[in-house]
Amino acid sequence: MSVEKIPVKKARPNDYTSEHHPVWCPGCGHFFILRALTKALAWLNLDKENIGLVSGIGCSSRLPAYLDVYGFHGVHGRALALASGLKLARPDLTVIAAGGDGDGYSIGGNHFIHACRRNMDITYIVMDNEVYGMTKGQPSPTSDPDWHSKLAPKGTGLARFNPMGIALASGASFIARGFSGDPNGLTKILTEAIEHKGFSLVEIKSPCVTFRPEQKDWHHAMRLMNVTLTANPMEAAQAIYGSDGFDTGIFFQADMPVYEAEAANEKPHSDSASMESIEKALLV
Amino acid sequence: MPNHHQQTVPPRLAVSISGSGGTGAVTVGLILLDAVAKAGFYGNMTRAFGPQIRGGESAVMLHFSDQPIETLAEFSQLHLALDWVKFDRFEDEIPLTADSLVIYENSREKPPGLVENSGATLLGVDLQAIVKTIKGSRINMVALGIVAQQIGLARHFIEAALQKTLGRKGSEVVETSMAAVDAGMALLTDTPLSGLANWQPTHQPRWNMSGNEACGLGTLRGGLKFAAAYPITPATDIVEYLARPLVQMGGNLLIAEDELAAMNMVIGASFGGAPSMTATSGPGLSLMIEAMGLAVAAEIPALVITVMRGGPSTGIPTKSEQSDLNQALYALHGDAPHLVIAPLNIQESVNISQWALALSEALQTLVILVTDQHLGQTRMIMDPVDKLPLTLSRLQPKADPTADTAVHYQRYQITDSGISPMSLPGMGSYQYAAEGLTHTESGLPSSRVQDHAQHLHKRSHKILQFDYGELWAQRLPMANAQHTVITWGSSFEAVKEAVKLLNHRGAAISLIGLRLIMPLQAEALAALTQHQKVLVIEQNDSAQLSHYLLAEKAIPLDSEAYAKPGPLLFKPSDLIRPIQTWMEDRT
Ligand SMILES: Cc1ncc(C[n+]2csc(CCOP(=O)(O)OP(=O)(O)O)c2C)c(N)n1
Ligand code: SF4
Repeated sequence: MSVEKIPVKKARPNDYTSEHHPVWCPGCGHFFILRALTKALAWLNLDKENIGLVSGIGCSSRLPAYLDVYGFHGVHGRALALASGLKLARPDLTVIAAGGDGDGYSIGGNHFIHACRRNMDITYIVMDNEVYGMTKGQPSPTSDPDWHSKLAPKGTGLARFNPMGIALASGASFIARGFSGDPNGLTKILTEAIEHKGFSLVEIKSPCVTFRPEQKDWHHAMRLMNVTLTANPMEAAQAIYGSDGFDTGIFFQADMPVYEAEAANEKPHSDSASMESIEKALLV
Repeated sequence: MPNHHQQTVPPRLAVSISGSGGTGAVTVGLILLDAVAKAGFYGNMTRAFGPQIRGGESAVMLHFSDQPIETLAEFSQLHLALDWVKFDRFEDEIPLTADSLVIYENSREKPPGLVENSGATLLGVDLQAIVKTIKGSRINMVALGIVAQQIGLARHFIEAALQKTLGRKGSEVVETSMAAVDAGMALLTDTPLSGLANWQPTHQPRWNMSGNEACGLGTLRGGLKFAAAYPITPATDIVEYLARPLVQMGGNLLIAEDELAAMNMVIGASFGGAPSMTATSGPGLSLMIEAMGLAVAAEIPALVITVMRGGPSTGIPTKSEQSDLNQALYALHGDAPHLVIAPLNIQESVNISQWALALSEALQTLVILVTDQHLGQTRMIMDPVDKLPLTLSRLQPKADPTADTAVHYQRYQITDSGISPMSLPGMGSYQYAAEGLTHTESGLPSSRVQDHAQHLHKRSHKILQFDYGELWAQRLPMANAQHTVITWGSSFEAVKEAVKLLNHRGAAISLIGLRLIMPLQAEALAALTQHQKVLVIEQNDSAQLSHYLLAEKAIPLDSEAYAKPGPLLFKPSDLIRPIQTWMEDRT
């Protein structure tokens, strides 16, 4: 960063938090993601009023109320659609979407694919606890096939959904995995993701201490920031498919075409002149 | 604007053309409509297609007049068949009687039984033989010439219209086509339908426009800046029309992956400050319902245009019905007050869609604009429509850089009007989180009894207290009438013509066309109808509007309904008898 670019006012993480205390269970991984996000925003020194943070429904999707930015707590699974509308209408904003694995990969799966494909400049934070937390412990698309629950007493028997693989195949230009228990690594990933121009998937392993208490062991299993960044999709595919899910870091980042607002680029005439020509075209 | 002598029944010329895939019946229709308009007249054109996606049989039905005309004729006066392949599909759309003249290409097939049995005058001509004499020409252009000659349409209007449609294909194409037109014009000598010659042409500017385009134009005038949609018949034309002009006006269009996305995209864009809309039809509207409730609860302005088609389920995609009223009124879960508005004809779709978008902005809520396949896809020659002088806009907090940020901004503040100032991203000190959960005034989720009651009331109060002015209905009161007919949407023009005719014959019937269906102006409607016999006319099987008006106590308990399902639009002639019968029973 050059000298004259140093901002006058340096933001602190707490500047971005609202006065509301999260409803999350004590120890829930989502707390640490909130903290890392505020640190990333402060690091980037973004103006609070120029951030749009939208979410769906779930424990994780409660996030917007806990930041003092423009937020939107929408309906289950549709955060990315909402974010896409917002970003296209307001290209000046930093748009972040957030939610859970159920929200993003199950009910919102179609939007996930198409948001990757459009590669709009949106950061998507998925707080993946491999369970539906808010509805009290049902298997999600990222649950292990043999994970027992009330709804699937013998496990689902289904292979795990591979969100990073899908993102790569669908055209996302930034793909990373973080761990809520690694505040520094996560802050770094989030900072890079927000700065990246294009669609950034940040898949974060975030333990649900209530319905998946065994996830507390993730602390031992995770390999922190061990991944080598590549812009080559073949290499990225190998790293993504080769990973057991415990590697963290940025797997893929590439400069790819971004879907952007068209209007900003081509508006040669005033509204009244444009309207006049639009109406003229209707004449017999 | 031209002053039309509003005759009871406008003079009318009904012409239809049909042909199998590739014969170009629709092209003839489009050129004819444009040429007749250039000659100084009015008209409308509807289309019908066989089930084949592309290249199947098709038919166009045209109605011409010396004044704006939106209704359909009782029968086709002149039908031109480019061939008879699968003509029986159009039996309903193209009624033939003993007063019809049918001109047909006779080198291949004889007319089918239903045509012969109609008693129509049949005239076979060998179009193929004519085409062989003009290199590169097509039989539809010969047909164009025949129709022009029959209705008394001068050659140069055809040429001008052809130039507009085919001009970009080069002058040779236009010349060849005109040679075929000339051959067609020279084929027959008498002009039994020389209607145009008897009418006074206008030299005023007129628009050639479909109802779907009218909705697009109205929303652009209303300041539309964002549209998202997933294609569905018969609504797609709206967004197709908008694609270019919206960008010209500084807006954006997003092709959504499905209707769930489209509706949420609209909400996101509108949250960002862009007046926004989507367009769909019944099946798509079904997918939007959950997010439509979000627009209501989170108080986000959003316009949804639904162009009804035959239902339920996939129904009849290409034909019209007024059977999604209940869906627009009741499909949202919870107590979710919103607006349901419907234009009464094609021409007013321009102003009513502008009004609908403006109301969504002013009231910060969901507005569903309900039209249908007929209103949307019928092409019409109309007088240009002046922009509505509306001053409605979204209430925003006053930007005050010295604002006391310690006093936290209350996005959902309870106010007298129920409308709270809505900040937009970018406005410092006014950050908030929009919320679909029951919330407090600041937007924090809450499940408390008081918050729930307060905000339910706030949201219904804001749309109930609002003064909608005169646009809520179109009234055609009749002095001393004891009978009132109420209708809505695409049924209106046909009902209006039938009522006028009956009034002319000595009956006394008042007519009310409802535009603002929710919130229903029930008191005003009740005051107008309390001592009246009321008949509600609508195009669905279950009398949806009638039941709604009764439930809201907006019409007397002994009111009756004339409800018939689609997919054929009412013709004025269909309604005379039912209205008469009702009046006889109800005197
Ligand atoms: C349309 C709809 N279907 C179902 C639900 C119920 N529901 C709420 S949250 C949720 C799952 C949340 O799981 P996830 O997205 O993984 O987030 P977490 O709570 O685990 O953070 C479900 C199924 C809903 N709110 N809306
Ligand atoms: S249920 Fe699980 S995901 Fe939800 S707040 Fe509690 S720990 Fe977190």
